[in-house]
Amino acid sequence: MIKFALAGNPNCGKTTLFNSLTGSTAHVGNWPGVTVDKREGIYKKCEEPVSVIDLPGIYSLSPYTPEEVIARKYILDEKPDCVINIVDATNLERNLYLTTQIMEIDVPMVIALNMIDALEKAGDKIDAKELEKRLNIPVVKISALKEQGLDELMKRAYEASKIERKGETVLGESALKHLIGDVRIALSGQNVENPLFHAVKLVEGDELEVSAHKETLPMIDEFKKTFKDDVFGTDFEALIADGRYKYISGKFSPVLKRKSEAKFVESRSDKADKVITHRVWGIPIFLLVLFAIFHLTFSENFLYLGSIFNLPTLEDAGLINAEGEAINYGVRWLACIYDGAVYSPGVIFNNIWNDMIVGELFGFIQGGVENSGMSEWATGLINNGIIDGVSSVLSFLPWILTLFLFFSILEDSGYMARIAFILDKMFRKFGLSGRAFMPMIMGFGCSVPAIINTRTLADEKERTATIRVIPFFSCGAKLPILTAIAGGIVAYFGVGNADIITYGMYLLGILTAVLSVLIMRGTTLKGETPPFIMELPAYHAPQFKNLMLHLWDKTKHFVKKAFTIIIASTIVIWVLTHFSFNWKYLADEQINQSIMAGISQLFQPIFTPLGFGSQLGEYGWVFVVGAIAGLIAKENVIATFATLGACLVAVAGLDITGLDINSEDGIDAVRAMIQVTGIGVPGLIAYIAFNMTTIPCFAAVATAKAELGSKSRYKLTLLFWLLTSYIVSSLVYTVGSWPWCAVLWAAALAGVIAFIVVRNKNVKIKE
Amino acid sequence: MNKPLNEFKVGESGIVKSVSGEGKIKRRLFDMGITNGAEILLRKKAPLGDPIEITVRNYELTLRKTEAACVNMEVK
Repeated sequence: MIKFALAGNPNCGKTTLFNSLTGSTAHVGNWPGVTVDKREGIYKKCEEPVSVIDLPGIYSLSPYTPEEVIARKYILDEKPDCVINIVDATNLERNLYLTTQIMEIDVPMVIALNMIDALEKAGDKIDAKELEKRLNIPVVKISALKEQGLDELMKRAYEASKIERKGETVLGESALKHLIGDVRIALSGQNVENPLFHAVKLVEGDELEVSAHKETLPMIDEFKKTFKDDVFGTDFEALIADGRYKYISGKFSPVLKRKSEAKFVESRSDKADKVITHRVWGIPIFLLVLFAIFHLTFSENFLYLGSIFNLPTLEDAGLINAEGEAINYGVRWLACIYDGAVYSPGVIFNNIWNDMIVGELFGFIQGGVENSGMSEWATGLINNGIIDGVSSVLSFLPWILTLFLFFSILEDSGYMARIAFILDKMFRKFGLSGRAFMPMIMGFGCSVPAIINTRTLADEKERTATIRVIPFFSCGAKLPILTAIAGGIVAYFGVGNADIITYGMYLLGILTAVLSVLIMRGTTLKGETPPFIMELPAYHAPQFKNLMLHLWDKTKHFVKKAFTIIIASTIVIWVLTHFSFNWKYLADEQINQSIMAGISQLFQPIFTPLGFGSQLGEYGWVFVVGAIAGLIAKENVIATFATLGACLVAVAGLDITGLDINSEDGIDAVRAMIQVTGIGVPGLIAYIAFNMTTIPCFAAVATAKAELGSKSRYKLTLLFWLLTSYIVSSLVYTVGSWPWCAVLWAAALAGVIAFIVVRNKNVKIKE
Repeated sequence: MNKPLNEFKVGESGIVKSVSGEGKIKRRLFDMGITNGAEILLRKKAPLGDPIEITVRNYELTLRKTEAACVNMEVK
């Protein structure tokens, strides 16, 4: 099949064009070795089917960003039959800069002059025929958004693909003419493919080219010695960039006739920005947007309608029976949407998905398995191991999709770039850019979409650091651990206030994130703060079709994960908790005899500095089991307490009258655990801290693994999580038990920071 | 009068005279259209004073003051 590649600047409408051309045949993968989306699809309306590849959006073919390297390698090595270069007609000069680079490669090429509708609406005119003549490349006017001119574009591309094309350069009239010409002839003599492209890049001193053509370098240096420019001296990179832009503004830009003669026209986008990124209003508007997203996703009191109108609960309305269940099927649906307050769209989606779809379906299957007459362990494995595991992972899907939808809207509309603009100064202090903010804050909802969304960060080290700290922004599933244990502390010891403990733990998470980013950026992930030279694209309404395609990709990706790595992990944990060392099946209540209990007892001493180790005696290992079960999903921590609580209370022969171990809030289960083990307040708080900062759930780990790209980076990340949680919770425990320890910790921290600062300074001096 | 872009006031415009700076940053500035002779208008500063937003070659670009310091301008 013949291949066409789409190349163009970010925000030029490339993805829209791709979606229009390929429709349902599109699929997304990764470029090898990097986490940059690779989209491929098939266009069927030509004489023969055409495979269309969407190259990453780039401004140039420089060697500095992974996207640029991918695009140029693809065009040079994979030799597509035609390159369709999308040029945003409303931003002609900068878009043509990339064109002048691609046209130096010996590859058939057409220009898709996009956003013609927007250009003409503004009253400007462009002479495509004249541009075609001057470029010597077919130019087709299109509107990817309105799907105009696409057939014509593909027809011209198909024709072009049948004719060989030799690279041409706009630098032929510049001072570098002879130098480039000489190098090109020399390369042709060595039978190098694409001699013109390589000649220009070698003259430029491009890192990739220089290392690929070492043997030719001495000769090029000889050529270069004969050359000197009055303005630029021997800065060849500057000479070439300047040559390209001079040619563009001299020869190509005149095809565009603007309505307004003014040099700096104020567009509608600029007017909107007067308010949106205003010096005073910019930050409050941003906070409002952020609040709206969380409110729409997580609020159980949408627009505060319930409080404003004092609406009755379902129980008050007599729709719930004495067992706390809905009186009929209709009420169950109603309960997904309303109970004393209207739920937000995100919560409704979540309730319907989990209660009415996944819950019903899996409940039905589990019922079937139970009645099938299989042996007890097989039923347990299928129902409690596999199905519960899968459903706990699938239960994240509504949060993931809702947050992802909002994120995509922010990104597509152009607002995300403004967020980075507003917040950059604050984040630079930590060695991050303003773009890191959104993924981090999204971590409060769910780590999975948060980690995926670090893709908008250009710098690899910045991305790694951000992915690592995202779990410290305590997600929705960790909240039950906080509320149950904080509630248990207040109920059992009669000290403190549950809300303040919960709030304090959130702060601790944020503080841990900030400190660890600072330390990482000063040590293992050292690097200059990445440059922040970024286009602020014109605002435009996000497109429904693009958003949905995007969400569909993410869903497929996540579900695939749920059924592979995550399912395998849940099975392992289930087996460990339900079999004894002599391979005997154990019911839930016998968990104290399981392999897991044995392993946990073995590891118990390690957790002594954290307050839930050897000092708790015989039953102290239960906290370790809880933490391990939390690896599947953090909801499991408290669920495990309930199971273990019931089991241990029986074994230890405690009197727990008045406690309801299986109550939903988990507070009584925690109280039972406190009674059984005798754990104190510092130990319990340290336990919360441990669960908050340690390895997150399997879904998040699997996502992090995919997004980190390299195996060693992934392993180091796991180690980082373990180490951080160990340090943070031992700090919490020791300071909580013996406040004077705070002095030691402060001294240690100061020592570490001083060491890093001094060492980095020495390194700098040496350089 | 010549001065670097980071010292411009909001609403001031000028022409690029020369671009300095370390490899990666300089190249990025070139690629985004900041080359000799390009006209630049400083549109605004971020709420915290940095980065800045400029119009160059008819589109909006944001960059930090440290990066803008690499761009030497002739004020108009």
